[in-house]
Amino acid sequence: MLRRPHYIALGLVVLLTLIILNLPSRTAARFKLGIGSVFLPLFGLASSAHQLAVAAGDTVMPRSELLKQLENVRQENQQLRIQAMQTEGAFRENTRLRQLLGWQHQTPWKLKLAKVVLREPSNWWRTVQIDLGSRDGLQVNQPVLTAEGLVGRVSSVGLTRSQVLLLGDPDCRVSAQVENEAHDSGIIGASGPLNSEFVQMGYLSGNASLKPGQSVRTSGNGGIYPPNIPIGTVVDSQTVEYGLATAARVKLAANLNALEEVWVMFR
Amino acid sequence: MNWLNTLFILVTAFLAVFWEAAFNGVRHLIGTQIDLLPPLMVYASLCTGITTVAMLAILGGLWFDCLSANPLGVSVLPLFVIGLVIHIKRDLILRNEAFAQLVLGLAASAAAPVMTLLLVLTTHHTPLIGWGTLWQISVMSVGGAIATPLSFALFGWLNRTLVHHRATETSFRADREIRRGR
Repeated sequence: MLRRPHYIALGLVVLLTLIILNLPSRTAARFKLGIGSVFLPLFGLASSAHQLAVAAGDTVMPRSELLKQLENVRQENQQLRIQAMQTEGAFRENTRLRQLLGWQHQTPWKLKLAKVVLREPSNWWRTVQIDLGSRDGLQVNQPVLTAEGLVGRVSSVGLTRSQVLLLGDPDCRVSAQVENEAHDSGIIGASGPLNSEFVQMGYLSGNASLKPGQSVRTSGNGGIYPPNIPIGTVVDSQTVEYGLATAARVKLAANLNALEEVWVMFR
Repeated sequence: MNWLNTLFILVTAFLAVFWEAAFNGVRHLIGTQIDLLPPLMVYASLCTGITTVAMLAILGGLWFDCLSANPLGVSVLPLFVIGLVIHIKRDLILRNEAFAQLVLGLAASAAAPVMTLLLVLTTHHTPLIGWGTLWQISVMSVGGAIATPLSFALFGWLNRTLVHHRATETSFRADREIRRGR
């Protein structure tokens, strides 16, 4: 049986919800960041707990294993240095040729490392929060990637942390190109609610010649993502819309479930 | 009203929301994150007043939404509706029975994401939903059902340990004791 206090409480909560839900998006985003800042003391606590767990793991690791890993890292580092030298030479040559042809100067990517501090608590979005914000020069729509490939884009920026929309979220769409002879282009869209390893690539032409294992990269269209960032590989494809279009399933290159550090791209 | 109990509930809600966003052990294990706010709401609605229920719904919902991509405020109403329904019917519920707590936790943890998703859909957002969502809601319900008796045990222990209880007077009087002997 509803009594007077129940009616008052229900009325107040409904009124408050309606007011908050109808706030302008910019004001709501500010409110979100303001309320979220009450969690700031806990970020340090969680990071200390994580470091403690890592340190405990390190003490258990035998010295021989560490030396082996160090040797592997040294060898990898030398290989990467040689590759970087080659890439630098190719980049200089590319710049010179672009100047000769009068093409637009291509600037190298500027990246900033960020730590993933929080993940999406609800199950119907794909987002993470990183420890870089407007004081680090972050802006909305900057691409976010790992060494393996594209991760997503910055969707909202606070002073000290930002939200990143991951690939597979319905609001994170990327113009992509398949590395085949026809250079088939499409749009990377949402993933399933359970499996975040795969995403759907839609809006491909009906006669697209897709084969499993073909690489998918950003096309550079749309103005947010620069071209040639790896996204993943084609797993399978099928014709849709009565044969007018093709949809492909793409396995993402970056493991979105195990993100700890990401690179934010500045242009 | 026992303000210390209200404070315990709100602090637990705050920590629970942070745990859901910061720690992913459960998500890695079963592919779904469990929501701890509905079990807390079951406890609050059975053991506290309507003010605490409203405060938990508002603060818990807002904390949850600000760490999520949800539109701000969308989790408040579902939590409050669950709390209100249980609060109205609480005289008919055997709140100390673990089975009753389990069933209420199951129902509340299933109802909260469904109502939140419906509200999200009415705000012109497109969440990730599909057949897999049924699995996610089932896992969230079972997780919430298990968490509800645990939350009752936790708050029971906190109340016994930290809240002052007035000593109850007995009818026993030493000067009126009948000593029996041979």
